[in-house]
Amino acid sequence: MTVKKVTVDSEKCQGHNRCYAMAPGMFKVDEYGYATPRGEGTLAGQKDIELAQRAVENCPERAIEIIEVED
Amino acid sequence: MAEPVKDWTTDYDIFSREYIKDPFPIWDDIRGKCPVAHTDRWGGSFMPTRYEDLFDIAKNIQTYSSRNVLVADVMPAPDQERPELTEDEQELVQQYNVGAPPITSDPPVHTWARKLLLPPFSVTSVARYEQETRELCNELIDAVIKNGRADGAVDYAQQIPPRVIASMLGIPKEMTATFTEWVRGFLELGLTDPELREQSARSIFEFMIGQVQQRKENPGDDLISYLLKAEVDGAPVPEPHVVGTCFLLLVAGIDTTWSSIGSAIWHLAQHPEHRKQLIEEPALIDNAVEELLRAYSPVTMARYVAEDTEYKGCPISEGSKVLMNFPAANRDPQVFEHPDEVILDREKNPHIAFGVGIHRCAGSNLARMEMKVSIQEWLKRIPDYRLEDPDAVTWAGGQVRGPRKMGVVFPS
Repeated sequence: MTVKKVTVDSEKCQGHNRCYAMAPGMFKVDEYGYATPRGEGTLAGQKDIELAQRAVENCPERAIEIIEVED
Repeated sequence: MAEPVKDWTTDYDIFSREYIKDPFPIWDDIRGKCPVAHTDRWGGSFMPTRYEDLFDIAKNIQTYSSRNVLVADVMPAPDQERPELTEDEQELVQQYNVGAPPITSDPPVHTWARKLLLPPFSVTSVARYEQETRELCNELIDAVIKNGRADGAVDYAQQIPPRVIASMLGIPKEMTATFTEWVRGFLELGLTDPELREQSARSIFEFMIGQVQQRKENPGDDLISYLLKAEVDGAPVPEPHVVGTCFLLLVAGIDTTWSSIGSAIWHLAQHPEHRKQLIEEPALIDNAVEELLRAYSPVTMARYVAEDTEYKGCPISEGSKVLMNFPAANRDPQVFEHPDEVILDREKNPHIAFGVGIHRCAGSNLARMEMKVSIQEWLKRIPDYRLEDPDAVTWAGGQVRGPRKMGVVFPS
């Protein structure tokens, strides 16, 4: 079984806050604006995957990825 | 009168009337022909217009330094001798020769200077100013609503950012008109008028030096006091650095945002269907702000080429200037479908109106909040309006693009 997860590359993130706005609840940002996925970043269903996809598409730094990992 | 431009790829003029009024076809022309345009005008510069190229160049901070970010050079370099100044003034210039950190800094200074500035501009920090921004917008509308006409730039857009930043810095709002004059003198009119530019910069610096002295004696709950209290590696931030950062906050936070607000009001004046959409679907506002930022990105920055280099076959020598045409990148058809159309619910919009890489605009959250609130309040009170005379609208451009005179009429 594989699961999908959303990741943020902290080297690339510059704190634009776009993912935070686009996919409410999926990311948290610190006081500098740098984002990390909430919890493990696991995408529970199709709705989550679509939201994560929007975050990927709107991140100007190309810092967000959807990856597949072994459960 | 400057020579008219015949070939925009080899002789562009970002201060020409044609470019300022309608740069979009010019960007399309350049984008279709070459990765980097060049000009000898205004001290000479190179200019990428494609998204990929802006992205690459912005990320290469080694070669493309931020030590000079202005799109035209009319002021003497800071380290140049200045015989016309008195000894005291020379000393002051030396001491305050810090630029406007962190926008004019490279790492390592950039790293701590930026870290210092980001928390007061986080989403949660700027939310503190939302209510007063809303009240301000309504006061401005109160003043014009009975007239059935207003100048959307002068009476509205221009009034908002200077007051919000004054409030953040703990400076009396009565200073608004003076701030506006100084900032235009430095960044807009001053780009092609060295004397005005120098005079404006000096006025801002002197004012900020005074404010910093006052805060040292009477600290308050404001950004200047915050910067003075802050420590870097266990030591207080040097005072000239605080002054430089305050200079930046004023210069970068005023006509950039008012240009965006003005462009949004201008766009909506001509698109009743978009006004209707925003009124019927209030939740669309955040997306709409991003789309308006994309389509009417106000800011072109510059970079200083720190070493001889070559970009996609174009040799660029050390000391050259590269204009970071983020607005053109945001209309690149390779990245944005129907780039010249404003689509308020656009789904894929990785625009770089606030730049990209380590110099991402530190005030982006504040700018977004101001745009959102000013559009919302305007549409609440003036849902139906149009341009009085579309041809009479005047624009500023070059470094920051936005409407400067924009008569609008509405049922009173």
